[in-house]
Amino acid sequence: MAELELYRQMARIREVEERISARYGEWEMRCPVHLATGQEAVPAGFCAALADGDKVLGAHRSHGHYLAKGGSMNRMLAELYGKATGCSAGKGGSMHLVDLDAGFVAATPVIGSTIAIAVGVAFAAQMRGDGTVTVNFFGDAATEEGIFQESLAFAALKRLPMVFVCENNLYSCFSPLEVRQAPERDLLALARANGIAAASGDGNDVDEVHGLAVEAVQRARSGGGPTLLEFATYRWREHCGPNADTDIPYRPPGEFEDWTARDPVVTYRRRLLDGGHATAHALDAVDAEIAAEVDEAVRFAQESPFPAPEEFATDVYAR
Amino acid sequence: MSTPASGIATKQLTYAQAIRDAHAIALEHDPAVYLLGLGSPDPKGVFGTTAGLAEEFGAARVQDMPTAESGMTGVAIGTAISGMRPVMSHIRVEFALLAVEQIVNQAAKWRYMFGGQMHCPLVIRMLVGRGWGQGPQHSQNLESWFAHMPGLSVVAPTTPADAKGLLVHAILENDDPVVFIEHRWLHGIRGDVPEGYHSTPFGQARVARDGCDLTIVSSSYMTLEALRAAEHLAQAGIDVEVIDLRTLRPLDSETILESVGRTGRVIVTDNSWRTGGFAGEVTAIIAEQAFGSLLTAPRRLAMPDVPVPTSPALAQFAYPRARDIVALAAEMLDARERVEALEPLPEPKHLDQPDPSFVGPF
Repeated sequence: MAELELYRQMARIREVEERISARYGEWEMRCPVHLATGQEAVPAGFCAALADGDKVLGAHRSHGHYLAKGGSMNRMLAELYGKATGCSAGKGGSMHLVDLDAGFVAATPVIGSTIAIAVGVAFAAQMRGDGTVTVNFFGDAATEEGIFQESLAFAALKRLPMVFVCENNLYSCFSPLEVRQAPERDLLALARANGIAAASGDGNDVDEVHGLAVEAVQRARSGGGPTLLEFATYRWREHCGPNADTDIPYRPPGEFEDWTARDPVVTYRRRLLDGGHATAHALDAVDAEIAAEVDEAVRFAQESPFPAPEEFATDVYAR
Repeated sequence: MSTPASGIATKQLTYAQAIRDAHAIALEHDPAVYLLGLGSPDPKGVFGTTAGLAEEFGAARVQDMPTAESGMTGVAIGTAISGMRPVMSHIRVEFALLAVEQIVNQAAKWRYMFGGQMHCPLVIRMLVGRGWGQGPQHSQNLESWFAHMPGLSVVAPTTPADAKGLLVHAILENDDPVVFIEHRWLHGIRGDVPEGYHSTPFGQARVARDGCDLTIVSSSYMTLEALRAAEHLAQAGIDVEVIDLRTLRPLDSETILESVGRTGRVIVTDNSWRTGGFAGEVTAIIAEQAFGSLLTAPRRLAMPDVPVPTSPALAQFAYPRARDIVALAAEMLDARERVEALEPLPEPKHLDQPDPSFVGPF
């Protein structure tokens, strides 16, 4: 059933991120990680509205987007462990995820950069007329880049089959919104001024995310043009790395506690139980399956070989 | 049109017409090819290089674009990784600088950073130039920046035939991003250009002139100045070899080293500034790999490290030209008296235009 799948997707993103946090100190994952702990509802709710052939691009904090679109967990973990079996053959790490079979085209970390590339993927789909929809996930900081505006303008000009999804987690590294954006700044108005439909929602409520996603994807697929969705959510861990960072005084008092009280996974679990959509037994069984899946992914990553030395200089050019 | 003994039909074309010819062949040959650039379909057609192509191939194949170089480069990359073969043009290299993040972080590394699963066949034409008061922001030659970057190929042809052949190869036969440098002062020059499908592979320099006393290594417009200097020096009995690199990356060091091995003397010209320029790279390769053959120190001839001013009274000091090559060669060959005894190399009346027939736009 659809509700259980939404739960599963959020819970497995949570479990993967928490497992990375727990094992990062072993120094076997030797690359920066930007964890999406606390931000599981947007990727899970959104990707459930997509068809297999649809395309997704992410950015630096994209473990959740990759997994929710169906990217191989084994190959993602292997990539973090720098192994030959990794999704980018060990050349990319956490910040360069890809699973073409799943329609996860790319994630790259320079802020805002993949927005334009996603527009190009949608443009190619339109030129081919293949009926696919392209989605790009990015954060609030990316909307401050010039390329964001350029991308919106071109997507609107061509009425591209595209959805822009902003996960607003309030921070760019440690810098809060109020030092970066005027209080009057209205992201939805920016989109609309470019001729793009726009809406916002609670990014910690997977049902709300899913509802808005279904509408935006339908608009894109039916030739109605692009949509921008902004979801309010919250990053639980440090900007980059496995740790909590509430010991550093940059979040206002009480903010962290307010947001963690609205844990998207726990909230949804309670909703399923209260509404009689799932039994505790069924949800526990999902949790157990996820734990086994992540165990297996870690084992796969750890047991996979490193890339051979001769791979260092391959794939710079086609020949 | 003429058909030489080789059997390949050629036609006299300008460099700009040769570029247009390459575009037409690419558009005809592969439906995945499309052109993208501010003004590509307009009546001027990027100095004639895209003229009439929109009428011939349709608006979807020859596209105008918003004035948004960074975003549109990202869009072009997005289509390239999705199976298209975009050819983007910038009427000045300076506008491409708005897109350096996309070119350097994304296009150049796309194949590598995803372990070879995707490729990015994107050609970016960047026009460079000199003279006519172009001033600090319309006069730069920044090919050395791009040549620094693994994953990019950098092409800077001198002749109309090479402009066509290298562009056809870049668009149709090369699956990686290419920076294609066109010097505005070359657009008007004429030459024999092979008709039909004609491609020139990367990484093969052209020996533009044979000689045994001194080698000049050059590219793009500076090759014309080098040839002018070589003809002048020949009158003093000095036999100069001129190597036209054609592609900076990949670089044909073999041809350079073979030539320097024979001549023992080398001047490397640069279309840009001395510090950190591409001539320094070529000179370093020679010093590392042909040291034993050198009879004199290898020398660079590049622009002084000053932004280019607008007034012709000042700009005349910005660009090296044939006269400077002649003087340097004479010094290296200890032949100043012989060279100075010659009728002086004719200097153009105006140094800010390539020849009186070229009246812009620049």
